[in-house]
Amino acid sequence: MKNNENSRRGFLATTLVAGAALAAGCGTKNPFTPEAIEEVKPSGELVKLLSVDGEIIEVDKAFLKPVPSLPAISNDEARVGIPGKKFAMVIDLSRCKNLKKCQSACNHMHQIHPGQNWIKLNAMQDADHTAPYWQPTTCMHCDEPPCVKVCPVDATFKRKDGIVLIDSDRCVGCRFCMAACPYSTRVFNWEDPKLEPAIAEKPYNCETSMPQKIGTVGKCDFCPDMVRQGNLPHCVSACPNGVFFFGDILEDSVTNGAETFRFSELIRDKAGYRLMEDLGTKPSVYYLPPVNRNFPFENNTAEATKE
Amino acid sequence: MEKLAENKIIEDLLPQKFGKQGTIWVISLIAVCALGAFAYARQLYYGLGVTALRDYVSWGIYISNFVFFVAISLVGSLITAVLRLTDVHWSTPLTRIAEIIAVSAISFAGLIIIVDMGRPDRFYNLFIHGRLQSPIIWDVIVITTYLFISLLLLYFPLLPDLKILIKYKERNGKWLQKLYEFLGSFWKNTPAQFKITDKAINILSITIIPVAFAIHTVTSWLFATTYRPGWDSTNFGAYFISGAFLVGSGGVLIAMYVFRTHYKLEKYITNDHFDKMGKVVVLLALIYLYFNVNEFLVPAFKMKKSEEEHFMGLFTGEFAMVFWFAISTAMLIPILILIFKQGRKPKAAFVAGILVVVGSWFKRYLIVTPTLLHPFLPMSDAPENYKHYFPTWEEWAIAGGSLAGALLIVTLFARIFPIIPIHETIIETESHENK
Repeated sequence: MKNNENSRRGFLATTLVAGAALAAGCGTKNPFTPEAIEEVKPSGELVKLLSVDGEIIEVDKAFLKPVPSLPAISNDEARVGIPGKKFAMVIDLSRCKNLKKCQSACNHMHQIHPGQNWIKLNAMQDADHTAPYWQPTTCMHCDEPPCVKVCPVDATFKRKDGIVLIDSDRCVGCRFCMAACPYSTRVFNWEDPKLEPAIAEKPYNCETSMPQKIGTVGKCDFCPDMVRQGNLPHCVSACPNGVFFFGDILEDSVTNGAETFRFSELIRDKAGYRLMEDLGTKPSVYYLPPVNRNFPFENNTAEATKE
Repeated sequence: MEKLAENKIIEDLLPQKFGKQGTIWVISLIAVCALGAFAYARQLYYGLGVTALRDYVSWGIYISNFVFFVAISLVGSLITAVLRLTDVHWSTPLTRIAEIIAVSAISFAGLIIIVDMGRPDRFYNLFIHGRLQSPIIWDVIVITTYLFISLLLLYFPLLPDLKILIKYKERNGKWLQKLYEFLGSFWKNTPAQFKITDKAINILSITIIPVAFAIHTVTSWLFATTYRPGWDSTNFGAYFISGAFLVGSGGVLIAMYVFRTHYKLEKYITNDHFDKMGKVVVLLALIYLYFNVNEFLVPAFKMKKSEEEHFMGLFTGEFAMVFWFAISTAMLIPILILIFKQGRKPKAAFVAGILVVVGSWFKRYLIVTPTLLHPFLPMSDAPENYKHYFPTWEEWAIAGGSLAGALLIVTLFARIFPIIPIHETIIETESHENK
């Protein structure tokens, strides 16, 4: 996925940081403290840099200071989405045996508070005599999202590429979205997230949903940071049974990494459906019914719950 | 002769210093508020994690307390506006009681909603990023409007009384005198001033009725605009408003009794007032009962799969005790007490009022919490404590502190201002005598 502006900015940032690292190596003073910046003494050694206007300029090495790592994209870009895309997920219930690799990968990559999960594995049984099955649920990324409708501050929003995201810098923590979501997909940061300094200090970005912030709502984000780089969401690549397919409806293709299908054919041939269609939320997550299963249903943890 | 009567009325109704009981009452209220403030400081420091709220029950007693406050505040519009516009005069001595209940309750409704926010430090986002499409923004708008109209409805009828109060300089002391002069020194009792305030009060009385309906309808929509079993109801607006008028009138019964016995106001808040107010409460309880029948019986007749667990939890399950307690104390028992003439005597009516208010508080709890414990999809992959809800001491302390705070405002108001309108009482007695 090419993004010229993005890569240029990335280049600039790396140059400056690299320069600073060099400077730190030569000097005795720690250049990372504000005092050090005030008392800069020119070292006489010049470094060539690329200016924002695209010109080569020379700067005394002593003036170089580190740039805090910048977010990959701006908040405005994150709110619009990836142009020309309409993402969808297909979850094949016949392949799921409740391994929860999707969940652990997601929890790890998003540093979710222990005990909470963005992906939940529901043991389902639709009626008394019907077969039980495992149903992983992510955020449905609805086209008529009830959560977005009720948000008082536009902190949760629908993007043009179909993804529903949360801006944790704006969320006021009223939790109306949690009440509104019929899929119970949203979680709340009740406590200060205990994050490693390396993650906690990263600049916040709606696309990475990290670092999470106390008093705000979180949920499955379809990993737009991965998708922007042309990679699959973490749950998709973590599942050893290929349960999750991810793709672009406009390209009409979905893949679990190993297999790729035409979205329309897969949904047609395997009778794909969406959860709670009658509510009119128009989810972007499709399910393939649990027929011809790869694994028997085994549930040692909890009793199967009826929908 | 007439002059004497007037002086007697003024003497009876001037605000009085707290006695021993009053001082103990105020100190205990302040203590409860302080405990609430301490609990809130902990919540601010540690986050909402100090509450028992978790991902499923994400709204708890803060929100039910909010609904309770909004509900009880509606009585201001009923007594001052509805009865005024329908030319009912017996309620005149009760108008200020109702209005101060309205003002203090709606103020605490606003505060408790900030307490419930995960990020109160970002409250300003509601103004800089507010989305008019969200029912929360509607609530912010109508509640603020209601607060200001209620304040004006409290203030305008107070002006002639302030003129009377200012005359008692020595009795008032320095600070109160300053306050009275600041609030009302421009009032000269001229016919032009009366004309203009009468007009203003009339306009406000008319405006406050739709605004009052709006605050509680919009509050009900915070629930009814979602898909959840128990909230997804077209009955909710009317159900909430009828319940609100009921709990507010119950509150007025309590306040009438307390002020009457404490300040020796038997001549002003008479047995007849309890009789009439008692009848009002019976009517309102019957209306609320009617909406409850609609709210529970109709869906229970169908027992849709998604609603079954929720309704059975209320009728016979986990919440059955609280449910039947709330139904009987908020409606059935008060109706049984107040329907009899003996039951409308002050003491019995006072007890009925307490039952109504306590039952109604628990009713609000039942509106908020059980629904959240019955989501559409099973509660999977969540710690055990996410699947139940019982408030922590911090939540009780904060909710209790807010209730104490509302009572404190009413108490202090009655210390500073005449709780029964002096001027209007004089006018009413005069017009009675002239008849």
